Amino acid sequence: MEFFLQLVLNGLVIGSIYALVGLGFVIIYKSSSILNFAQGEFLMLGAYVCVAIFVTYRVPFVAAFALTLVFSAILGVLMERVLLRPMIGEPVISVIMLTLGLSSVLKAVVQGLWGTDTRPYPEIFPTTPVKVGPLPVSQGYLYSMASVLLLLALFSVFFKYSRAGIAMRATAFSQQVALSMGISVKRMFALAWSIAAVVSAVGGVLLGGLRGGVDGAFAFYGLKVIPVVILGGLDSVAGAIVGGVVMGVLENLSGGYLDPVFGGGVKEVAPFVALVGILAVKPYGLFGKVKIERV
Amino acid sequence: MRCGDFRETYAEDMAIFDTAFSRRLLVLFLAALLALPLALGSYWMDVLNRICIAVIAATGLNILTGFTGQISLGNAAFLAVGGYVTAWLGGRHGLPFPVVIPVAGVLTALVGMVFGVPSLRLKGLYLAVATLAAHFIIEFGATHWESMTGGVGGTSVPAARLGPMELGDDRRLFYLVLPLTAGLLLFAKNLFRTKVGKAFVAIRDQDISAEVMGVHVFRYKLLSFGVSSFYVGVAGSLLAYQARIISPENFPITVAIDQLGMIIIGGLGSILGSIFGAVFVTLLPELLRLATGALAGSFPALTGLFASLKMGLFGLAIVLFLVFEPDGMAARWHTIRNYWKLYPFSY
Repeated sequence: MEFFLQLVLNGLVIGSIYALVGLGFVIIYKSSSILNFAQGEFLMLGAYVCVAIFVTYRVPFVAAFALTLVFSAILGVLMERVLLRPMIGEPVISVIMLTLGLSSVLKAVVQGLWGTDTRPYPEIFPTTPVKVGPLPVSQGYLYSMASVLLLLALFSVFFKYSRAGIAMRATAFSQQVALSMGISVKRMFALAWSIAAVVSAVGGVLLGGLRGGVDGAFAFYGLKVIPVVILGGLDSVAGAIVGGVVMGVLENLSGGYLDPVFGGGVKEVAPFVALVGILAVKPYGLFGKVKIERV
Repeated sequence: MRCGDFRETYAEDMAIFDTAFSRRLLVLFLAALLALPLALGSYWMDVLNRICIAVIAATGLNILTGFTGQISLGNAAFLAVGGYVTAWLGGRHGLPFPVVIPVAGVLTALVGMVFGVPSLRLKGLYLAVATLAAHFIIEFGATHWESMTGGVGGTSVPAARLGPMELGDDRRLFYLVLPLTAGLLLFAKNLFRTKVGKAFVAIRDQDISAEVMGVHVFRYKLLSFGVSSFYVGVAGSLLAYQARIISPENFPITVAIDQLGMIIIGGLGSILGSIFGAVFVTLLPELLRLATGALAGSFPALTGLFASLKMGLFGLAIVLFLVFEPDGMAARWHTIRNYWKLYPFSY
């Protein structure tokens, strides 16, 4: 039972980070119908930039973190402005390949600047575990889950009440209507990309703190989030959150119980097996909008 | 002198070689290729074989993605299937290559068709994601079905063999790889002059319209998956014969991305494009290696940066092509060719 609870808890923590990265996916998809395969690289880059600022300039961690967020926001806007704008109206394959090309450029930049070794992370969370019921839980888990929840709540408020948030929702609903209401759709695209880059960077820093280091494997989280957003529905923010938590728990449970049977690696493949099932039964996910195609 | 492009019959319009001159040029080119092993060292023979194999795989992917419009990220996994079938039939059962290669192709085609079934309901992004899942599932199988695949340690493949003839080194293997490549390219080129090929293109352009016109969309999509995976399976089989030892590490997801990069850079929906793209993407690291080797004296740091430079240049090439020449090198080639064809009276 304790093993089960431990797995569920691990799943919830990692799932909350999936939810965060998934949020970035969904925001980009909703506003511009682009599936961003470079999301994992945004996450990795955020984690690296944060630790680089922290180590090189010896600023407090909070300041390094804030600078990372600023960097990511600018990066997101640049990506949209320089690369994605020429892609408007191009076929899906071109857009997919553009984000794949982008991802290998970003990976190359990270490798070129920081090498392939694992970079140790400073201890950003207190290390003494606390007891939750019968389970000893590391404080880092609790902090990261709390910060993810806080961030998700902030974004819900942002989308519901702020001017920019409402404009973004209008853009996602219909670009033509948004344009006629005086909303700059281009600016909304740029905002979407910078939000996506920022949430991924937050996810990267949290993961770095939890794992105690960052390396090139972080980029793989971008692919792992794909089953998450497909489960929730590519255009649903709530779906990303539910999907993230479900997938996180699923992969930990299947890894915990099936790894001894298959000899490892189940954790990595389980979300993709689930993905095939979801696509066969409910291709638009739990909360996604069903598209009706007309000639 | 020709002063225009005159095609008076349908057959002329559909001809693969529009002039006798281009046919002769191609024969010369093939003859030159056949003579190449006399001139090249073993390293460049290895590169040449890899280029040919990449051409086959990229052509297969182009049939599916470029001509039928079904995006596939599962190509690396299909290559793996072809490779492991070769290891199994050629290694364990000692069969000769004229049996092994077609069987590898057919079995890969079957696997490809199984993973093509979701295309009945899914298209675009969703299909890309489904094939991505196929990749990870097959990779998991390759790692864990140890009795068949040898697990992470890999399995060895004997040299391609027919009776007493053994194609052990790259030089001899090339005389198997090149005719196969040429034959498969000719088949692909011809495929798109037939009803089947035109049905593929109709599905790419608008699948609902295609269905209205009487194209059985699902059947042709599956067929496209089958033909494409057959090519990829043959490529995987040759790859196994060349590498002689294969493990899941030979088929990471980056291989699938490389091949998508080939058809994007070369040109979607163009056989010539698959050739250009495969040559470009395979030669890029080699040229980079030469360049870093030449500059290593003055910039010693370059050698350490090789891996990231290679990855970065590949990504950059994709991005630049998509932004500046979305139709790829094949389109650029046609522009240049048409300019010179009627030179100096090109207006």
